[in-house]
Formats: sequence, C-alpha cells, structure tokens
Amino acid sequence: MSVYGPKLMDTGDTAWVLAAAALVAFMTPGLAFFYGGMVRSKNVLGMLMQNIFAMGLVSVLWAVVGFSIAFGGTNGWVGNFDFAFLSDVDYASGTIPPMAFVAFQMMFAVITPALITGATADRLKFGSYALFIAIWSIVVYAPAARWVFNPAGWLFKRGALDFAGGTAIHINAGIAALAVVAVIGNRRGHGDEAMPPHNLPLTMIGTGILWFGWFGFNAGSALGANGVAAQALVNTHLAAAAAMLGWLIVEKLVTGHSTTLGAASGAVAGLVAITPCAGFVGGAAPLIIGGGAGIVCYLALRIKTVLRLDDSLDVIAVHLVGGLFGSIVLGLFADASATGVGVDGLFFGGGSDLLIDQIVASGSVLIFSLVASYLIALAIDKTIGMRVEPDDEYVGLDRSLHAESAYQP
Amino acid sequence: MKLITAVIKPFKLDDVKDALKAAGIAGITVGEVRGFGRQGGHTETYRGAEYQIDFVPKVSLQIVADDAQADLVVDTITATAATGKIGDGKIWVTDVERVVRIRTGEEGTDAL
Repeated sequence: MSVYGPKLMDTGDTAWVLAAAALVAFMTPGLAFFYGGMVRSKNVLGMLMQNIFAMGLVSVLWAVVGFSIAFGGTNGWVGNFDFAFLSDVDYASGTIPPMAFVAFQMMFAVITPALITGATADRLKFGSYALFIAIWSIVVYAPAARWVFNPAGWLFKRGALDFAGGTAIHINAGIAALAVVAVIGNRRGHGDEAMPPHNLPLTMIGTGILWFGWFGFNAGSALGANGVAAQALVNTHLAAAAAMLGWLIVEKLVTGHSTTLGAASGAVAGLVAITPCAGFVGGAAPLIIGGGAGIVCYLALRIKTVLRLDDSLDVIAVHLVGGLFGSIVLGLFADASATGVGVDGLFFGGGSDLLIDQIVASGSVLIFSLVASYLIALAIDKTIGMRVEPDDEYVGLDRSLHAESAYQP
Repeated sequence: MKLITAVIKPFKLDDVKDALKAAGIAGITVGEVRGFGRQGGHTETYRGAEYQIDFVPKVSLQIVADDAQADLVVDTITATAATGKIGDGKIWVTDVERVVRIRTGEEGTDAL
C-alpha cells in the first residue's frame, strides 16, 4: 500500500517542507562564503568550489543510492537498495509526499560533508576531496542519518532525540574533520606564519545566509506547517542570538575586543547547538542552550592547539563541540509540553533516561564517524594522496587546481 | 639636483601634496609601501588567536628638485606630515646625477 493511500496529504505541510528544502539548499553556498572569507585570498575559489561541488556530487549520489541506504528497508543499522535511483519511493513520511521528504533530506546530505572543508582548508587535492566525500556520504553519513532520523534506526528506537541533526550532521562532520586533519597534517607554515582571514565581509554574508537557511533546516524538520515548526523557528533564532552574545562577552573578557568574526562564529555555534533541540524545547531553554554554546564553543577553540591539529577554520570547536553540547543538554532541557512532541528531560521531571540516550547516541555517532572517516582518508592518502604538492599549496588552490584567480591585481 | 624621498602616514598625503603644490614643486611620484620603524607593527585577533602584523602601511613620495629648492621641500613635508605621534615617517635626500624629460630630451633643471 502506498503512502499516497489512506493518509491524506496536507498541502500546507507539503508547501512548507518544499520551501524548507530550498532554504536548506541555500545554506551550502552560505557555508561556502562563511568559509571562503576566512581562508587566504589565494585559496578562496578552492574553498567555494569544494562547497558548491558537494551540491553536484552528493545530490547525484543521494538519488542513486544514499537515500535508499538511509531510509530503505527496516534494518536498524543500514538500509537496502529498494529506493535506488529514487524509484518506487513509498517511504511513509507523514502528511507530505515522499518526494518532499527526499528533497528535504537531500539538502542535509549535501551540506554535511561540506562542513568538513573548513578543517582541511587550503591543502586538499580536488579529486581526492571528491572521492572522500563520495565515499563518506554513502558509508558514513547515510547510515548515521538512518540511525537517528529513521524510525527504524537503532538510536531512534532506543529513544534518542535528534530534531534536525546534532548527531548525524554536526557531531558526525565535526569528528570527521578532526580525523581527516589527523591524516593530512597541517597547512605548510602553520604556526610560523600568520594566516588571517582575507575577507571577513564575505564571512558575514555567509553567516547571514546560514542563519536564514537554518530556519528551513530546523523548522522544516517538523515536516509540517504547525506549532512544532513555529516553536523550532523561534528556538533557532533565539539560540543564535544568545550564542552571539555569549561568544562576544567571553571574547571581550579574554582578548579585550569583540570581533565581527566572533559575532559570526557565535551565531553559528548557537545554530549548531539548537539543531538537535529545536522542536523539543521551549521557554527560556533556547536562550540558555544558545548562550551556553557561545561560551563553550569559544573556549573549545583551544582544543585544536592542545591536539596540535590545524583545524583551519575551527570545525571542531563550532560543529563537533556545538553539536555535542546541544545533543547532550537536550537530555536536560527536553520539555514535551513545549510542543507536544518528544519526551521530558532531567530538568522537566523525565529522569535521566533521555540524558543517557543522548550520550549513547552522541558517543556512537562520534566513534563510528571517527574510525570510518580516518580509515577512508588514510586509504585515499596511501593510494592517490590527499594533499596537493608543496609548490601548489604555496601558489594557492585557486591557480594550481582551478587555473583561476578570485581577484585580479 | 636632489632626490627627496619621504615615507609618511597615508592619511597625510593630501595635505603634503597640496602644500608642495603651493610651494611650486613640479611633480611627485607616490607609492603605497609597507614597512616598520620604531613604531613597529600591531596585533590582530581572530577567534582568540593573536597575529602580529609587522609591516605598517605607509605612503612613499619621491620628488626631484633643484638644489636650491630641496630644503624647501624637506621643510614643507616635515611641517605638513607631522602629527607628533610615533610613526610619522622619515625623509632622506640624495644627489641625482642626471634627469631627462622623455618627451623632449631636455636635461637638468629644464627637465623638471
């Protein structure tokens, strides 16, 4: 029996999810600008290209096999090929047509590997990057998405909550970024020469696009035009706002200045942290989660120094730590009365069950992605090599890989 | 014939140019340069990481002048480019062996 059958499609719900898919699609170019402004001017096209290219490659792979691995069949760990090439997709997705769900999930699949590019900036061979995200989105992302987004997934069944992708997207991409940097090493000259951002206005444009698109990402995850979506949208905005303030206050106390890059980074950290919580919390919780994320993520900038890893644009601090923070504090702040979905967390009389499930879910995705991402990157590095030649890195990716320059002298 | 080279604060360029024109100087060659002197550089902070920027942006001026005018040029620049704060710059004067106007082939003072 088809899902087009007994359950009536809702036109309002469908319209909102289609619009939300478009909003999420816009986030990948937004991410490209966010990162592109932070690299050196000789690498900005390389960064933009890695991001826009994910829209091409991952979308195709998602249609061919990715969606089927994430949502085909009933196995808790991995899907089958029933929905390969998006044929006969009869996945039950509430009051929206399965294709609206396919489209919405496709945009998630696209942006997740793109998040990794911030850590590996300025030094990946283009072909090796393409191969890495191709394998990664099928072998790592699609199963992880299945675990938390698919009601058949083992973490979903266990009771873990992830409204829009704190585990499958941010923890997953954040720890993968750490794994790949561990394989490829630091940028040449890292630690010896200054590598300041070349165009912070570009980063600010990217921040605006990400913030805007995130309304689709989180409120769209309600999969309907309803009160859950409205609460998720308000939570998303408030968390970003509070996180910006949190980051700027700590930054001012530590360095003496409040910076534009700090405002942008804080907002994004808040958006990351509220992602798993968006439809499950209400009241003051988004302010606390956002404000906390701004402070915690700023302090987490030091992790890469301790690990001696050149996580060039702080994917670990913003996405891994922001994702972990949001996913775990959801176990405290979840409030089923806020939207009528989800369960109660520790602070709302639900006991510690959810908190434990959140820790299990975060830890499982983290360990799986760390190991799998490291092995994929290592295999590519040992065969065709992950890094560009030293000369090419010195000249910059724009000229050496793409035979272009962003700015004419 | 003297070559007067001055390195000054960029925002003083217009004042210095106007003053030199008023003093009757025929031409100036200007370049944007970077460097350091006693002022040193400055620090910038990105996501909590401090970067030392060693080279400060400055403007350099080159003026070729008659021996008799050289002191006037130096005094004019000194008077107009000074702010009294560190980093005002330097002026140095060197001898010039030969000056040629390319269009006409005139030499020496006629070429200025």
